[in-house]
Amino acid sequence: METIVFSTLNGLLYGLLLFMLASGLTLIFSMMGVLNFAHASFYMLGAYLAYTVGAVTGFWIAIVVAPLLVGLFGAAVERFGLRHVHRNGHVAELLFTFGLAYLIEEIVKLVWGKNPLPYTPPAVLQQPLFTLWNTHYPALRIFMMAVAVGMFVVLWLLLKRTRVGLIVQASLTHPHMVGHLGHNVPLVFMGVFAVGSAMAGLAGVVGGALLVTDPAMALTLGPIVFVVVVVGGMGSLGGAFVASLLIGLIQTFAVAVDASLSDFLARIGIAVSNRSDLGRITLAQIAPMLPFLILVLVLIFRPRGLMGAREG
Amino acid sequence: MNLTRRHVVGSGIAAAALSTMPVRAQSGPVRIAFIDPLSGFMAPVGDGGLKQFQFEAERINAAGGVAGGRKLEIIGLDNKLNPQESIVQLEKAIDQGVRYIAQGNGSSVASALVDAIEKHNARNPRQTVMYLNYAAVDPIFTNDKCSFWHFRFDADADMKLSAMTDYIKGLTDIKKIYIIGQDYSFGKAVADSSVKMLKEKRPDIEIVGNELHPLARVRDFSPYITKMRASGAQAVITGNWGNDMQLLIKASSDAGFNVPYFTFYGGGLGAVGGMGRSAVGLVRQVTEWHSNIPDIGMDDTVRAFKAKHRDLDYYYYRVKVMFDMLAKTMNDTKSVDVREVAMALEGLEMKIETGMASMRKDNHQLIQPLYISTLAENVKFDVDNTGLGFKTDIKIEGAATAMPTTCRMRRPAS
Repeated sequence: METIVFSTLNGLLYGLLLFMLASGLTLIFSMMGVLNFAHASFYMLGAYLAYTVGAVTGFWIAIVVAPLLVGLFGAAVERFGLRHVHRNGHVAELLFTFGLAYLIEEIVKLVWGKNPLPYTPPAVLQQPLFTLWNTHYPALRIFMMAVAVGMFVVLWLLLKRTRVGLIVQASLTHPHMVGHLGHNVPLVFMGVFAVGSAMAGLAGVVGGALLVTDPAMALTLGPIVFVVVVVGGMGSLGGAFVASLLIGLIQTFAVAVDASLSDFLARIGIAVSNRSDLGRITLAQIAPMLPFLILVLVLIFRPRGLMGAREG
Repeated sequence: MNLTRRHVVGSGIAAAALSTMPVRAQSGPVRIAFIDPLSGFMAPVGDGGLKQFQFEAERINAAGGVAGGRKLEIIGLDNKLNPQESIVQLEKAIDQGVRYIAQGNGSSVASALVDAIEKHNARNPRQTVMYLNYAAVDPIFTNDKCSFWHFRFDADADMKLSAMTDYIKGLTDIKKIYIIGQDYSFGKAVADSSVKMLKEKRPDIEIVGNELHPLARVRDFSPYITKMRASGAQAVITGNWGNDMQLLIKASSDAGFNVPYFTFYGGGLGAVGGMGRSAVGLVRQVTEWHSNIPDIGMDDTVRAFKAKHRDLDYYYYRVKVMFDMLAKTMNDTKSVDVREVAMALEGLEMKIETGMASMRKDNHQLIQPLYISTLAENVKFDVDNTGLGFKTDIKIEGAATAMPTTCRMRRPAS
């Protein structure tokens, strides 16, 4: 019981962190039709800027300022970089974001050094919020869930219930039509890119405090976020939400369950000695592989993803 | 015609240059190639090592150098933590006339280097190369795979685990231990030896979990902590290093799972910085030295290093021991010839700040005192600029750390 409750909480938390990244990425994808390889780098920038800004102003101001700075940076990237590259087609855009990701990583190393930063949240968030079966649950974790859920709700309302959301949605699918109606479509694109980047930055502010702020943080989370976006369905916000939670929970429970591959194979009628190399592999060991397994299966059997609108 | 003449003149210059090279090699600096990761994910660790190598070389040079005033020079070569790349760098170093090779990060790299140097020396008995291992701790290099040309200055994994389990032997409250490690050869070796040694020394201790997690891939260890707590573990043994070390401790203290951690690298570069205050009193490490051993005359060295490298700490005391031993043998033999130095180095006993150091003749493993220490507040010297540092729990004299060896060393005919 104890294990189930905490594994569910941990899974939800990881899933929500993934969602904070995936939501921005999936919006940007539906806009440009290109996966932004540098998206996880905005997440990293968010954490580093929050550390630097927070050292002067404190955490609560940094959590507002850092995502804004990342959003501004994102807007600049779109305005002065991507918009020019766009003329040369999708491959050029893809390569541009790919190069940008490496560029940001190297710049981060130059400015902040190669070692992890001692970036810690304020004491209020470090206290345990509640204690169940002697296990503390830190306030920071609940805070992060609240931020992620809040972000989802605001984004959802913004897109579905406001005029701005209407224009954005229309620009995503029919940019020319929206342009002819007198709206500034490039500005809408820049805005979406900036908001997407800022959301990744916000994820970084919280995620960096929760996990580790180091130059490898973009590289470790990046691939999983792509999996989420593809599994959820490219461009689908709801899909990204479901897929994030799904992958978060699957990975966490795979670690928590104490079973080996031989146990599993025995259940479906294949006997493998649990002394052999294959039989000794535990479910926990293959946990990091599972998202990619899901990715491959989804691409084979449902190429448009769980809730994607367009065909693969 | 012109072309031919230039060609002839050119080759003459080349020949002259070649003929002066041996002369230069006999009077110029003694070069040590430092082959470790200087780029990529593990670059901070390799870079920290290189800085300390340079620091020690400067110290020896300032004190008059080696073998009649010759200077030591460190050449940093990036192996990207990759065995193949290491062999390329080794060959590059040998071609440049370097005869001393140092490496430490990754037993997989060390394994490739031991083989390559053994082969090179068998084929080129007049240009032999010495391998100074300062951190690769897989016991195999001083046992089945031992080599006359390889010298290890760090205690191997079994020696450290033996010290650790001896200490655990006295902690009679602990009845349930969890072992967690990184999923590769080193993590597996630590797990296997821990199980074996605990069974011998404390048969009453139950090993409630033996887990391997993917190397440098886990971001949130909370799921593992949930599992550990459910198992009822009262202490944890881990060989984790780098990010895997700090994230494990961080998740543990966040959940209020406050049990002692017995670690190899709890004080390694960046680990305390990442773990923070939460690790105080819980994280123990087994090392050959730490900066808060009082009154052994190391304080000035620690300060001098800090003054030079703000973001690093004086960590590899064994590198200092290595340079002192190397300088002593080179001065005693008045030679920098690898074979002569190797012959003098094996069996060498020397007084060091922490006690006695001796290089075992039968397997080329350095025997030196080991310390078990715990992370504490209010210390003289901190780690990672955190205000936290290590305090000694116990000291284990060198003789007590020696393990039997299966090494059958083949020495060159003298």
